[in-house]
Amino acid sequence: MARLEITGVSKQFDTTTAVADFTLEVDNGELVCLLGPSGSGKSTLLRMVGGFERPTAGSIRIDGEEIIHLPPEKRPTGMVFQSHALWTHMNVFKNIAFGLRLHHAPRDEIRRRVEAVLELVGLTGYASRLTHQLSGGQQQRVALARSLVLEPKILLLDEPFASLDQHLRERLREDVRDIQQRLGITTLFVTHGQDEALAMADRIVVMRDGRVEQVGPPSEVYRAPATPFVAGFIGQMNLLEGIIDTQVFACPGLAARIPIADGPATLAVRPEALGLSPAQGQGMGIIHRAVDYGSHVMIDVELPDGHRVKSMMPESDAWTAGRPVDFNVGTILAYRDNVLIYRGAQVEEQSRPAGRRAVRSNA
Amino acid sequence: MAALSSNRQRIDWPGIVFAMLLSTAIILPLVVVGTWAFTEIWRYPAVVPQQFGLRFWNQTLSRSDVWGALTLSLQLSTVVTLLSALICLPAAYAFARLNFPGRNILFFSFLAGHAFPKFGLLIAIAAIFLQLNLIGTFWGVVLIQLVGTLMFMIWIPVAAFQGVDRRMEEAARDAGAGPLRVFWSITLPQAGPTIVAALLLSFVGTFYETEGAWLIGAPGIRTMPVLMISFINNQMVIQYGAVLSVLLWVPSFIALMFARRVIGGSAFARGFGA
Ligand SMILES: Nc1ncnc2c1ncn2[C@@H]1O[C@H](COP(=O)(O)OP(=O)(O)O)[C@@H](O)[C@H]1O
Ligand SMILES: [Mg+2]
Repeated sequence: MARLEITGVSKQFDTTTAVADFTLEVDNGELVCLLGPSGSGKSTLLRMVGGFERPTAGSIRIDGEEIIHLPPEKRPTGMVFQSHALWTHMNVFKNIAFGLRLHHAPRDEIRRRVEAVLELVGLTGYASRLTHQLSGGQQQRVALARSLVLEPKILLLDEPFASLDQHLRERLREDVRDIQQRLGITTLFVTHGQDEALAMADRIVVMRDGRVEQVGPPSEVYRAPATPFVAGFIGQMNLLEGIIDTQVFACPGLAARIPIADGPATLAVRPEALGLSPAQGQGMGIIHRAVDYGSHVMIDVELPDGHRVKSMMPESDAWTAGRPVDFNVGTILAYRDNVLIYRGAQVEEQSRPAGRRAVRSNA
Repeated sequence: MAALSSNRQRIDWPGIVFAMLLSTAIILPLVVVGTWAFTEIWRYPAVVPQQFGLRFWNQTLSRSDVWGALTLSLQLSTVVTLLSALICLPAAYAFARLNFPGRNILFFSFLAGHAFPKFGLLIAIAAIFLQLNLIGTFWGVVLIQLVGTLMFMIWIPVAAFQGVDRRMEEAARDAGAGPLRVFWSITLPQAGPTIVAALLLSFVGTFYETEGAWLIGAPGIRTMPVLMISFINNQMVIQYGAVLSVLLWVPSFIALMFARRVIGGSAFARGFGA
């Protein structure tokens, strides 16, 4: 039962503002991902919750209680570091038991709780191992166990899987999500990997330069990214600058119907929403490269002005470099002044002639 | 993988040659000196001594000045090492972890003593000690040796403390340990092997130091190496010097054994920045 409230928190290092006026509430049992490129202030924010950095301004409360003046050892938070930070001069048991011993728990209880938490993270029987006898994934599990055994109110994870390979990362994040849901522990999870955030989070906070860019459940952040930055950061996205004129967006090579007032706009189309068909004329673009991923093909198409867009299509012989193609645009998003102004599906018949027109006018 | 396993089978000739040269350079003099210590007659051109015996051991060990010097040297090294640890370890921690004004200048000044020709520095210190009536006293020698140990008792532990992963310390704070507990349970054990290496260096270095010990200690205080030099200078019997040399190996041998027990090979290397 724990609720985390971060209100108006800022952190200023000498000249850089790492976090600026950040506000977020994390509900009991919720897993919130802080997602953003490196340097966007995710770690700094997490470390302020853990007590390792002191905010320049703002308030952090757990269950309504202000914790900003407490040192880390007095906070009901548990942190898992990217580097796992296991104590190499202690074995697995001692690593996990360290915190319990500080609280003078009886011997039997320590043993019982360490064994229980080892089972929870899937490492039964590893108690007497030395830390360097474990694989990277196992080390991270021990680090998780070391935090969980103290039953923190808030679990903090700072890119815990960043140093693991893809396969292991996927397995571990499923396990961590399972454990988190089983324990119902309120969790703040930092990552710069959007797939990780999409797979694990109840809600995603997209950060940029220390500020919140968007907060929302994964589906919303993916389907309706609030800004071009979020659109470009979550998943793959084609971003094209152009002009809307009489409800038609046009940029070199591509056009789409957008029922919005005239003016400049940024068009965002996911590769899976940008269909291709062999050109019925000179084509809207030329295939630059096609990479076959087995389940699908990723095709880079060069537009008349040299810009490249990505399209995701089922496997076919049609996609070879140098071929001219036409676009069939599906769901699109449009932004103006950094704000989402339109989201909708295109009707195929309308996009194609418009596209041709754009190409011709450019040629 | 393939490259690795084929490497293992191939004989590493340059490595073997290097190892042999190195062992010859180190072991041959030791063997010669060690043989001399147990020799009674060894005349040119014999390769092996004509007569072995313990006569010179009896003669050397029955001298009270040898025993006095040995005890003195052990006492001196112990006192210097302990004092040095007491002064330098907290300083090293401060240098490694705190950011105070004048930190760099102070750190540099600790090391600067070793940037100048040592004998000149010793003469200057001796002049000061003379006024303080420290010449020829035990504590005078302790002080001069202390100066000599500052270098590795600051430098190496600073590196050791800096090498401790801050995240490990933070993880301990996170688990509920206060700063002192973190230092005791995490920082010190992590830096420990390297610090032990520095202590050993300090002990052995003090034990064998001659210039300062002679300049400040003479005539009242005579350490083992100083005594050995006077033996070699005053008497043309090689065996005296050889016996004392063998005696002098004892502390470094013990130190090495101790080092092997306390520290694994890798940790020992880490102390020297490997
Ligand atoms: N201890 C520090 N001193 C100075 N600047 C820092 C410190 N920690 C982080 N920063 C700066 O704050 C910004 C945010 O860093 P960080 O929170 O680590 O980002 P992220 O975890 O998202 O990669 C960066 O510009 C970084 O250089
Ligand atoms: Mg980070």
